[in-house]
Amino acid sequence: MEPASGVAELGRWLEAALKSRSGANAVFDILGVLQSDEEDDILSATHTCSRLFGALLERGELFVGHLPEEEAAMSGSGSALQKYKVWMRHRYNSCCSRLSELLGHRSFKVKELALCTLMKFVQLEGAHPLEKSKWEGNYLFPRGLLLSVVEGLIPTEVDSSLLISRFQEYLEHDDVRYHTMQAVVDLVARVTDTHQQQGVPPTFWNNTFTLISAVSLPRQQSDISNFYVKHKEMLKKWKVTQLKEHKHVFEKMWFSFLKHKLPVSLYKKVLVIMHDSILPHMSQPSLMIDFLTNAYDIGGAISLLALHGLFILIHQHNLEYPDFYQKLYSLLDPSVFHVKYRARFFHLADLFLSSSHLPAYLVAAFAKRLCRLSLTAPPEALLMVIPFICNLLRRHPACKALIHRPSAEASGLTADPYDMKEKDPAKSHALESCLWELKTLQRHYHPEVARAALAINQALSPHEVSIAQLLELSPYEMFEKDFKKEESGLVPLEFLQPQGLLGRRGDLSGEHFTLD
Amino acid sequence: MGKARGKALGSQAGGRKAKPPSNPNPFEVKINRQKFQILGRKTRHDVGLPGISRAKAIKKRTQTLLKEYKERDKSNVFTDKRFGEYNTKITPEEKMMKRFALERQRNNEKKSIYNLNEDEELTHYGQSLADIEKFNDIVDSDSDTEERGMLSAELTASHFGGGGGLLRKKTSEPGEEEEKPKSRKELIEELIAKSKQEKRERQTQRENALELTEKLDSDWKEIQFLLSRKTSKLEKKDKEEKPKPDAYDIVVRELGFEMKAQPSDRMKTEEELAKEEQARLKKLEADRLRRMLGKEEDENIKKPKHMSADDLNDGFVLDKDDRRLLSYKDGKINQEIDDPNEEEQAQEGSEEDWKEREGDKESDTEDSEESDAPDSHSDLESHVDSEEEDIIHENQQKKQLQAPEKKSSDANQKAMIEAARSELPYTFAAPDSYEELKALLSGKSTEQQLVVIERIQKCNHPSLAVGNKAKLEKLFGFLLEYIGDLAAKAPPDLKTIDKLVVQLYSLCQMFPEFASSSVKFVLRDVVHEMEEMIEIKGRAAFPGLDVLIYLKITGILFPTSDFWHPVVTPALVCMSQILTKCPVTSLQDVVKGLFVCCLFLEYVSLSQRFVPELINFLAGVLHIATPNKGTSGYTLVHPFKPLGRNSELLFVSDKEDMDTWPKKGLPLSKVNGLKDSSKTETNHIRLSCVSVCLNLIKRCLAMYSTLPSLPEIMKPIKVLLTEHIPECGHPRELQELCQSILQEMENQGKNYQPLVCEKSKPVPLKLFTPKLVKVLEFGRKQGSSKEEQERKRLIHKHKREFKGAVREIRKDNQFLARMQLTEIMERDSERKRKVKQLFSSLATQEGEWKALKRKKFKK
Repeated sequence: MEPASGVAELGRWLEAALKSRSGANAVFDILGVLQSDEEDDILSATHTCSRLFGALLERGELFVGHLPEEEAAMSGSGSALQKYKVWMRHRYNSCCSRLSELLGHRSFKVKELALCTLMKFVQLEGAHPLEKSKWEGNYLFPRGLLLSVVEGLIPTEVDSSLLISRFQEYLEHDDVRYHTMQAVVDLVARVTDTHQQQGVPPTFWNNTFTLISAVSLPRQQSDISNFYVKHKEMLKKWKVTQLKEHKHVFEKMWFSFLKHKLPVSLYKKVLVIMHDSILPHMSQPSLMIDFLTNAYDIGGAISLLALHGLFILIHQHNLEYPDFYQKLYSLLDPSVFHVKYRARFFHLADLFLSSSHLPAYLVAAFAKRLCRLSLTAPPEALLMVIPFICNLLRRHPACKALIHRPSAEASGLTADPYDMKEKDPAKSHALESCLWELKTLQRHYHPEVARAALAINQALSPHEVSIAQLLELSPYEMFEKDFKKEESGLVPLEFLQPQGLLGRRGDLSGEHFTLD
Repeated sequence: MGKARGKALGSQAGGRKAKPPSNPNPFEVKINRQKFQILGRKTRHDVGLPGISRAKAIKKRTQTLLKEYKERDKSNVFTDKRFGEYNTKITPEEKMMKRFALERQRNNEKKSIYNLNEDEELTHYGQSLADIEKFNDIVDSDSDTEERGMLSAELTASHFGGGGGLLRKKTSEPGEEEEKPKSRKELIEELIAKSKQEKRERQTQRENALELTEKLDSDWKEIQFLLSRKTSKLEKKDKEEKPKPDAYDIVVRELGFEMKAQPSDRMKTEEELAKEEQARLKKLEADRLRRMLGKEEDENIKKPKHMSADDLNDGFVLDKDDRRLLSYKDGKINQEIDDPNEEEQAQEGSEEDWKEREGDKESDTEDSEESDAPDSHSDLESHVDSEEEDIIHENQQKKQLQAPEKKSSDANQKAMIEAARSELPYTFAAPDSYEELKALLSGKSTEQQLVVIERIQKCNHPSLAVGNKAKLEKLFGFLLEYIGDLAAKAPPDLKTIDKLVVQLYSLCQMFPEFASSSVKFVLRDVVHEMEEMIEIKGRAAFPGLDVLIYLKITGILFPTSDFWHPVVTPALVCMSQILTKCPVTSLQDVVKGLFVCCLFLEYVSLSQRFVPELINFLAGVLHIATPNKGTSGYTLVHPFKPLGRNSELLFVSDKEDMDTWPKKGLPLSKVNGLKDSSKTETNHIRLSCVSVCLNLIKRCLAMYSTLPSLPEIMKPIKVLLTEHIPECGHPRELQELCQSILQEMENQGKNYQPLVCEKSKPVPLKLFTPKLVKVLEFGRKQGSSKEEQERKRLIHKHKREFKGAVREIRKDNQFLARMQLTEIMERDSERKRKVKQLFSSLATQEGEWKALKRKKFKK
């Protein structure tokens, strides 16, 4: 069939099907085109279906109630109208199933159109329910249809983040969001059941994460007013109107997701959004305690990320975490200056250590350990960590002994009393040590770092230095800063004339490298 | 009315107060006692004279108020007919003038017999007084001298003889002239007529004299030019009359005026030159040290530039002594071509000329470049700061000194350069684009390229034309780009770069600003590229050889020991990024990384600054040289991972290759492509890498020996060297190197001095001195704005004036009432008196009448 004539043909069929019930057989032709492999055909057929069933739904020409088997209905006794309605409903169902199949089509255009069409059906079906309401004020929503949509959105094989981002606009509606969350719970359970032996493919988890991380609940009850399916009046007793219920379902969805074994990268992603898009929307955030403490115990970057979630629980939900600071102390290793989440970690560490009720030995241990680690840190991290350490010393005057120990008794130490390997900050002898590392950093090659380290030569000023804008400092920004700094006067020049590329200063490069 | 009067009264009273009467009656003085003495307050009303002032006030009122009161029902008015008395539009001067004019008019109207002179001119001896005052009448003064002391008989007679004289005359010759003796009136008329005639005569005489002088003047003018000619001749005659100067004098004069050789500094000896050079280097080194310690900024702020008291503050600075020292070199005057035109001519001279000159140069002991050097120096003056100019100048001197020694070794090369020289054209236009430069240089040998660039530089020297500076600046940029291209070629042309660096250096010395900015932009491109790669891939690859060369050149062109330097500091950040952000994936990367480490060490070799990245990288390199067993006892930082694909990159297991390993430097040219080398060769390079790494570590150890936390810094390396490296079975040389490093580590004194803050200044005690507020004027409200103060002042003044006015009015009323009362009392008493009088007269009448009556009765 030619596409151009196909469109005209489809139009004619549509007209016939909508004009009178006798032309209903044209629906078969339309559905036939929908089955085709050609992209254009599918697109036009989808459009036609959308208009056809949209009109039928509005007219109420589809069977309402529990659908009988097609053969039984056809052969059984009943009015011709009844039979027609049952028949048409079956066509509608097959159309919907085909469309949800198309959600897995290779072309994004088709996928998008199928999604939109299905969502349009959802809206119309919600307005003209195909189920009989069992009692007065019964809330009806096309859950089955939405479930098939969600199933199409999180396939197990291919990445569907594009389609999900398209779906996000529907997620802004409170009812769609509510039911999608329910559908996800069902779906995750079903998929894990079916893949019990060979294990669930990671793409499924990735897709699921993309979908559920896009869900964000309104902050207040009064914000729930945006419904996709418009009802005449929204009854208070309907669950969909209650934020509490939303939160409940949200929580259920996340737990159904997190209780399975996830890829490591996904854990990181979950932890990254934990503090600001998961915990505040849960009805009982303390349920996350186990997850977060386990993640915190893993070590490395995951621990760093779990910190924020844990902090919220400790701070707002009364979580008692023994050895929290010891754990935090053990997180400090040389990689902490090189990882991506450096800014986040130091922001939190600053928060944790901001309490003035911490014992001096603990703060001293932190300061000393950070100093020791700073011997391997890049300049951009040093610019941040030196004021950080100075702030610690300012908050805890007892720790000032680290930089100012006038009594002569300790002079002539042969080794640093601080024990780097000791896990317990209480036993690390940090208070007996001094911050010689900062003294070393006064000779750092970067002028800003050297200047920052020079601060300990004088008595520290009582005011803390804000490190907020230093947290995110990247080496590139540092370079740009040096680059743009206005030089005053002339550029100093080297006064010894070179004799060649590796020549005169020949001490090192000439010694170890040759030109050929 | 009352108010105005009161004011006048007040002012009068004030005026009187300024001059108090010499000794007032003590009973009239009232002293207002002050309760408190307040410093600085003016006391205005401490002493008063109430009786006197009351009397004054009463007097004033009787003069004004009482008068008015008395004239209250009178309609007569006093009119002042003085001209313009109440007209304020006329200024007092005009008023006086007009009044004067009117007065004169009035005077003229009435004729007086005594008014002799119709004209109003006042005269003395018939001359106007005004003229006399000018003292311009010379003739008169002459006549005065002639008849000094003599008065005319008439005059004496008339003035001093008085009536007597006249009377005598009258009596002596009564009948001679007229029978009737002259009356007094006649006599006087005669006298007057005489004097008038005299006056007229004198006037005509004076006019004649004036006429004559004028005529004389005009005549003089006519003959003046004749006279002047004559006088010149006269003078000549005078000169000829002078004695002729003899030859000796002439010679003496000539010698006196002859141009003398200016006294100059004596020639400098070799030792002195060396000493000067040393002093210069010392100064530069001191400068460098100052910058290294980062003191420059503070000092600049603190120390204002010295300014002489004679400084005109016109921005003029005598920046250098223009005189040139006369110096000799190998028995010849070290002459500098000063004239740019001359030089230009030389440049544009014919080819033969050039060849000749070159021939000369070859015979000279000087290098060919040297002869060009001085002129480049002389031309720099206008463009380069005097200090740098000095540097270059001295450099060239140094080169000249070195030249003889260098000559023999470079003879070969020079011959080649000469060959190249002769083949190439002598002038080149400066390239406008990079492509042009590339076209110029492509296909030429290294020597030829050098010559081309040298000639471009010479032909476009900034002193020759206006736009040349920009052209050469561009040349610097192009050369930099060209070097990058050379380094990026498949077998990099490092030899050419090696030579071009010198040219680049000299260009950089000429244009430091432009050079620094172009190098900065090259570095920025490098960093930007890396940043982009990190953003996309999460990690960056090691940059190519060109970047390494750029970094090396940066270190050559600029002083690396400065605390902060506009080019070097960004370069350091760039190197730090290379070492921390680029994972080591191949042997080339190791070589590149080691080269960057080497550069880092070179950069900080003078300033001895601490570079954490360097230690990290070297530890990482040692790690990849050991068999893979994970990290025990040390931790690796970012670009290196304890386990993984590249964790055994430098590990050599082949015993044979180890034995055959020759110790030599790492070839930089292999950095771009190392793939095609054999396995043995690769193993050798690996070993060389380890060797270089160990050497660098040793160097670091020596450099950082003074750092307080050296053991902590070196700990991972120490662990690697003691536990892991010995297991690799490296060649003996390397093992010895390891041992020596370990030995040195042991030897480093581990002295931990507790830290002590510098003593801060003691905080001064709080002193409770009162806060001093400057009081501008007493009695004025402080602490508000000017407008507010003015407003308050006006309100206060109004209040006072109002009170004063009320008081005055009250006093006026009291006065009036008193006056009315006295009037009434007077009137009453008058009436009483009159009534009394009437009664008394009536009583007397009555009495008289009664008395008469009684008399009648008696009768």
